Amino acid sequence: MKHKTPDNNMELNLNDLLRQYRADPYEYFDILSPHTGTVTFKVKEGELVRGPSGKWHQKPGTLLFYLERERNQKPVYATGEGEVCKIDYQFEGKFVEAGQPLISIRHKLSKDEIIDKILTKVLYIFAAPQRARYFLNPDIAVKIESSTSKSKAVEVKPGDEILTMSLMKRDTPVIYDGPEGVIYKVYFSSGQMVEENEPLIGICQPDKLPFVKRVIERIKTEWED
Amino acid sequence: MSNKKEKKQPFDGLNMAEIGKLLKQLSDRIEYLADIKGDPNWGELNELRDEVNNLRDHIFEFKEDELCKRLNTLEDRVSFLEDRTAKDLTPWQIVNIVRNPQRFTLQDILDNVYDSYTELGGEGECNVDPAVVVARATLHRRVKGKIYSHQVMVIGHEKGRGEEFRNGGCAKPWGNAKALQYMKVAETEGIPIHFFIFTPGSYPIEDYPGAAQQIARNLYAMSKLKVPMVAFISEGGSGGAEAIGLADIRLMASHGYYSVISPEGAAAIEGKIREGQRVPRELIEHCAEQLKLTAKDNLELGTIDRIVQEPPLGARKDDFSFFRRLRYEMIRATDEVVLKTKSLRAFRSYALKRQSEEGKEPPEEFEVFIPWDISTDLEIERLLEIRSKKYREISKGYYYEESQGISGKLKKAKEFASKGYYEIRYGLLRPHKRHVQKVLEEVSGEGQVFLRTVTEPVKAAYDFVFPQPKRPQKILKGEGQERGIFVDEWDFWTSPLANEDRTVSCPNAQKYGCLDLWVPDLYGEFCGVCPTCGHHFPLEYQWYLENLFDKGSVQEFNEHICSINPLGFKGFDERLKKDIKKTGRRSAIITFDAKVRGIKLVVAMLYSNFRNGTVGAAEGEKFIRACERAKITRRPFLAYIHTTGGIRIHEGTLGVIQMPRCTMAVREYIDSGGLYIVVYDNNSYAGPVASFLGCSPYQFAIRSSRIGFAGPRVIRETTGQEVPPDYHSAKNALKRGHIQGIWDRREFRKNLYNALIQMGGPHLYYR
Repeated sequence: MKHKTPDNNMELNLNDLLRQYRADPYEYFDILSPHTGTVTFKVKEGELVRGPSGKWHQKPGTLLFYLERERNQKPVYATGEGEVCKIDYQFEGKFVEAGQPLISIRHKLSKDEIIDKILTKVLYIFAAPQRARYFLNPDIAVKIESSTSKSKAVEVKPGDEILTMSLMKRDTPVIYDGPEGVIYKVYFSSGQMVEENEPLIGICQPDKLPFVKRVIERIKTEWED
Repeated sequence: MSNKKEKKQPFDGLNMAEIGKLLKQLSDRIEYLADIKGDPNWGELNELRDEVNNLRDHIFEFKEDELCKRLNTLEDRVSFLEDRTAKDLTPWQIVNIVRNPQRFTLQDILDNVYDSYTELGGEGECNVDPAVVVARATLHRRVKGKIYSHQVMVIGHEKGRGEEFRNGGCAKPWGNAKALQYMKVAETEGIPIHFFIFTPGSYPIEDYPGAAQQIARNLYAMSKLKVPMVAFISEGGSGGAEAIGLADIRLMASHGYYSVISPEGAAAIEGKIREGQRVPRELIEHCAEQLKLTAKDNLELGTIDRIVQEPPLGARKDDFSFFRRLRYEMIRATDEVVLKTKSLRAFRSYALKRQSEEGKEPPEEFEVFIPWDISTDLEIERLLEIRSKKYREISKGYYYEESQGISGKLKKAKEFASKGYYEIRYGLLRPHKRHVQKVLEEVSGEGQVFLRTVTEPVKAAYDFVFPQPKRPQKILKGEGQERGIFVDEWDFWTSPLANEDRTVSCPNAQKYGCLDLWVPDLYGEFCGVCPTCGHHFPLEYQWYLENLFDKGSVQEFNEHICSINPLGFKGFDERLKKDIKKTGRRSAIITFDAKVRGIKLVVAMLYSNFRNGTVGAAEGEKFIRACERAKITRRPFLAYIHTTGGIRIHEGTLGVIQMPRCTMAVREYIDSGGLYIVVYDNNSYAGPVASFLGCSPYQFAIRSSRIGFAGPRVIRETTGQEVPPDYHSAKNALKRGHIQGIWDRREFRKNLYNALIQMGGPHLYYR
């Protein structure tokens, strides 16, 4: 079972991390050429692009460039929303190899995205052991439902039966094997089909909890989208 | 309105309550006029509206005499405007009349036309589908002072009065299933069915039982339902109307409409209006006129039998004289259907009598009582035969049949001779041969058992003394030979699409990592199929003509039946000519005799290049003739749908009527023992799928094809729901139980052969 553990050094550096995000609140991703071909750019630097949209992501994003090989003009679309920050104009009209970075897009991180990023670094993520439907143990589910910010958080320790995994109508208990802590976030809804290695719950060590809550609160109140 | 004559009298001496009531009526009439004209201020209606509202608001500030005087003036002005409107009603205004909330609904008919009724399978919102109402009703007939009662099953659409749950009379698939369920109840009980059509169209969702599938099932069942059926159309929206429209007599309200598509839908197609953009009103009005959707037009085209006259501006919920007329017409129509099955002479005298009554007020009493039960087999047979003939004749003459001269006559003579030959061979000799064979098999079987008991001990002893080497079993021809296109025929026909030196990308490349495909490979060796993911690229219909059937076995027939522009739809002649020039063909269907690995079959092929494979009068006729040919020659019948865009809107209801016509032909073919297989390819939508294709017991699809009732845009616009991009995919059609299997194009020939062998079995050439 693969689980993501938090970086121990990060706990004290949350403030640094926040400062870093504040200085550069972007995520950068490069668009590479999927195969060889001649490039024709269709966007300019500084232009805003959007990613796939629609309920089923059926509408493609903004057209970034054409890659032509053997008279087959293939459109390449933006995979995410952001601003075109760099274009390698030297490749305009030139033949490029596969995997050549052509365009860089910077995506401005939203409040929720930053919270998610911080949480993945701070929390212990208990991931799905296999593709199945998952249910929280009824006791835990009731506790989570009734817990408020003031009441005591739901604690878990290694060996607890925290989840039930259901596959082909066969229920198997899932034993928690991570560090002792409190459930900070549940990433799935009851009975939902979860893919293997997708996060199920995020556990926070009890001593770090007030600090994490404070940081999240700060982001929520201070951050401007 | 019905009491218009009374209103024209001066309103003197009325009391306040009566004046208040009349003002309310005037207000309704003004709104009705504004709705019909589509202009709230036509004929200065705003001024009239203000005056009526003013009188209503301050009614007690006026004296009664003053009020009556003003009422008389208002009445004159409104009546004048009503007369003016009624004189020159345009088709678009008729559509507005039909859609008006003041128009009568099925509920009004049940209350006023029938003497008593009990709604079945639902009540108001507690209903499988509130848009479809079924009721067991009683009708009384007064004959010479005596009262006789008739039991009928009433099935119709209910639009409701401001009831959103009625969905405007758009029947959901399960609503149509409910209609079918009660049609069968009526058949079991032997009572006539009265259908009332008040639908703008069927609700276009594919959820089980599926919009198209259910309409097809209804049509298939109705074509041979053993009870008299009379349909009355007020709002006949294409396939939705046909789901309960295949009747022995079709009546239509004089201010109703019956159309292949809504004028707005036609305008959006004609004007190539993008989704979300406003369709110009002039274009809608133009299309309403071109579609020939009024009762008069439909009577001229022969798609309905009779018109039920309404008041000059259409009947409303309180037009009791209209309901009296409708009641009379429904009784007479049912009488007529019943009498036709009884005696020809009796009917003739009845029909003559009826003609003399045309245009008169319906009488209070009937001359005779005619029981509505059709009891004997002969009568049922006659009923079905008359129905069959009726639909066979509709829309005849709305296609062009080219004269073939001597060769045509020779062909006809040959057809006549072959009909006789097949009748003797399969109709007379074959059953006899089968009977003899069966007797022989039984006798030889019994004899073998008897002989075996005697000879077995001797044979066992002989085999023990003189053992014989085992011989390999004989393999029967055609068994266990997994032959694809490539194995048995290397010289297959290659698409001209392959003559291009370039590559193309598979649409699934991102999902499955498909490599780019070199066009000569793709359209040559790969038969247009991506070798990585199996995506099928579209291929022209010629590829199938050449590669699917045995070499040289394709022999086309009925090429001389051509599509025309029967409604004189503006601008359609040029488009038709263009397609004729492009394809070298004159209709969107090709019908031919062919062989698949030696199995003879008749094929009808709708193809994309000609008007996107849409079905009109010519296509319907060719399909029916192919069906009849398969019936005569006792051959399996394959409908290969390369593409069909539905019913051709430019032929209006002449196109829609092909749905019941062709389904009737298919039903008769299957009932007489034929094997009917449908294979969908590329895109197959709307009317044909909801009738003569969807009713097949064996439907298959070529991979990557799309099958459905309405396209995503129509679904979005009608239901307000987004549909996933693969909503109509063959895979989903299989999941919903619409089709029975998905075939790979490369194995089409093999699969078709197997299907013919499997589904046909020993009765391949008729049961």
